[in-house]
Amino acid sequence: MPSRSAVLVGYGLGVVSEDAAADAALLADLRRVLGSRARDNDFERGLYSRDGSIEGSPPAIVCLPETAAEVAEIVRICRRHGRPFLARGSGTGLAGGAVPVGRPVVVATSKMDRIVEVDTANRVAWVEPGVLNLDLSRALAPQGFHFAPDPSSQQVCSIGGNIANNSGGPHCLAYGVTTAHIAALEVVLPSGETTTLGGVEAEPAGLDLRGLFVGSEGTMGIATKAAVRLTPNAPAVRTLLLDFDDVSEGSAAVSAIIAAGLVPSALEMMDQRAIEIVEAFAHAGYPTGAAAVLLVELDGLPGGVEAGVDIVREVALKHHVGHVRVAADDEERALLWKGRKNAFGAVARIKPDYYLHDTVVPRSRLTEVLEKVYRIADAYDLIAVNVFHAGDGNLHPILAFDRRQPGVDERVKAAGRDIVAASIEAGGVLSGEHGIGLEKRDYMGMLFSAHDMYTQDLVRETFDPDGFANPLKVIPTGSRCSDSFHQHVPEGAWV
Amino acid sequence: MSDQVTASLASRIAPEVAEFAGVVGESGPVAVVGARTHWHVGGAADAGAREVQAPCGIWEHEPSEMTVRCGAGTTVAELGTHLARTGQMVPLDPVDAAATVGGVLACGFSGHRRLRYGYVRDLVLQTRHVDATGKVVTAGGPTVKNVSGYDLPRLLVGSLGTLGLLAEVILRTLPVPPAAQWLVGDGDPFAAFDLLYRPSSILWNGSHAWILLEGDPVDVAAEAAKLVPAGFDPCDGPPPIPGTGRESMRPSDLRVLAGTGGEWLAEVGIGLVHRHEPVPAAPVSSANAALMDQLKQRLDPDHRLNPGRRAW
Repeated sequence: MPSRSAVLVGYGLGVVSEDAAADAALLADLRRVLGSRARDNDFERGLYSRDGSIEGSPPAIVCLPETAAEVAEIVRICRRHGRPFLARGSGTGLAGGAVPVGRPVVVATSKMDRIVEVDTANRVAWVEPGVLNLDLSRALAPQGFHFAPDPSSQQVCSIGGNIANNSGGPHCLAYGVTTAHIAALEVVLPSGETTTLGGVEAEPAGLDLRGLFVGSEGTMGIATKAAVRLTPNAPAVRTLLLDFDDVSEGSAAVSAIIAAGLVPSALEMMDQRAIEIVEAFAHAGYPTGAAAVLLVELDGLPGGVEAGVDIVREVALKHHVGHVRVAADDEERALLWKGRKNAFGAVARIKPDYYLHDTVVPRSRLTEVLEKVYRIADAYDLIAVNVFHAGDGNLHPILAFDRRQPGVDERVKAAGRDIVAASIEAGGVLSGEHGIGLEKRDYMGMLFSAHDMYTQDLVRETFDPDGFANPLKVIPTGSRCSDSFHQHVPEGAWV
Repeated sequence: MSDQVTASLASRIAPEVAEFAGVVGESGPVAVVGARTHWHVGGAADAGAREVQAPCGIWEHEPSEMTVRCGAGTTVAELGTHLARTGQMVPLDPVDAAATVGGVLACGFSGHRRLRYGYVRDLVLQTRHVDATGKVVTAGGPTVKNVSGYDLPRLLVGSLGTLGLLAEVILRTLPVPPAAQWLVGDGDPFAAFDLLYRPSSILWNGSHAWILLEGDPVDVAAEAAKLVPAGFDPCDGPPPIPGTGRESMRPSDLRVLAGTGGEWLAEVGIGLVHRHEPVPAAPVSSANAALMDQLKQRLDPDHRLNPGRRAW
């Protein structure tokens, strides 16, 4: 049974040389289907060589299909030419999931951006993968609904990308991550065949292939349409800002709020450096002297929301809160969120580049792991800024750096690895919402046994026995030989 | 520093799980038995298969983490009693609470409060199962949020133990709502669904509907007051939910059942009809059936796990 690396080895991974004749033949076939929407100019190949991570490698060809039929045709052409393909949404992913490996054909879904049908009777909307997350929620607003997952990148990230990464966001604390909001998926399988996984009916028959596909990072095929669930907009919303002189008091307040029986719709934390950066950008009145702030949002019916506000206030006082600020209106609420959602970009105020991490730890270990993050950053002479989903223990340490400094990339990667290790040692996991991609592929062995990964790869292989769909992501190469899962493609082989 | 951190999940396998793996062994057909409350689902188990039982016990419950780790053989009733002491729950809600956690998950049957609490598969954070080679496989993760690796837990939920035998699960817990109220009436349940904000359940038998409201007492009272003019009054609860057949349709298609006789109870907003008589499984498309057959072939090539059961 061929493993996916067989295609790439056969295809020359590690000695990936540009085969101009092969590329030209492939392009000619793709152009017959797509015309000028199949492109190989250097500018666009450069554009599609990177995602939101710090890795990069150009694809051979970029395709911009407009229909599911075109996607299926692209997949079939790629197979005929023995060439891997890689679906791409907006390229905001942070784990290298959309970084081309092995000179693939990139299938960019940005032109498939129609909201096909809003079906309020069944509380779903059928959308194409290129629809942007926030555009969908805006379109649903007049009917009183929204799409619950709300990554910080929601102004630019696509639903297809959300599906590939099983994306989260601040409000997933109460509403769950993307998989809980996808009823059905039309997908083009790596064989070129089109099928629908899941369904709008209560309990679609058979195995939950839909659940398997969501979060598979494009390694099981390309989603061409999705039935996303509509979440009713809450009648009442309250947003609170709490500040603390001590990070550990803030972390303890997080656990205490949850232990008090509340499930806030969002429970976010920012450390001192983050507060300063965000305030300089957003002018939201964040208390710049505080060691930590919590942004707490409660939504639902008004009685529960007001009772929740009282509970949060009480818990905060027990943990020596400085101030409890309750947003007076929607405008103030939006201002507080503007700071939070733009925190990552605002890091540019201290250093030109940043590397954003994503791990999860038990809430009770937040303080301890945060302290380790600061120590790790210090040890590698980097600046750590923390803005994260405290309510579900989802850490997002930002390592700020200047890429022009020689050797800094290695320090950033080494610090990242140490942060992942510290999180796992504390009983956590590799990723809460960004995915594994390339970034964490070779860390999978920190969490899973060789047999666990072998089993996962067997399941992936069911969809893609020949390794055409976004190869070499998620599972470390060599997982099929139980004792050698630490193997990986030689450094630089794919860049 | 991090080289010592290898396969952290694998290093924490409970002795009960390892023992279960030993019992399942490497060969010969095995049938996993829970409480036999869903024994009819997926067809009869092969009589020749050796019966095995998943371990039971609640092994870890940290209320402030809102997670619980238990053996798959634990009964839903026992789990509920344990969690209630700290004001928490896992809304599995099987028709018979004698059911085991593993049994409910293997069937993939969400409870009657799915409208508010979501699908049962979304309550599962981590699974440990024994595979066809007798080895323990861990998937998912212990934290409330996790996207590390492929989502095998969702594949196992609803697979009737034909891909692997659930040994241990980590589930997400929720706070028990401070107030709950059932109402009954002959008003339009579809209009009631549109009127309410996230009701917990709307059960309908074609003539009457039973509606469950949960949450803060003030909100429950206010939502209930909205229902009174629509023809609903407080009551103790719905009639017993038929436990044999589950007919699945689109939520909007339930309307066609209006006026049809028979002893059924439908979940409005979900599209599920509970019936006393068995309902044949809906067909699966040929492309999906091929994928499912391939998964079975790769994960259990000798068909030793729960032979006789058909999940598709």
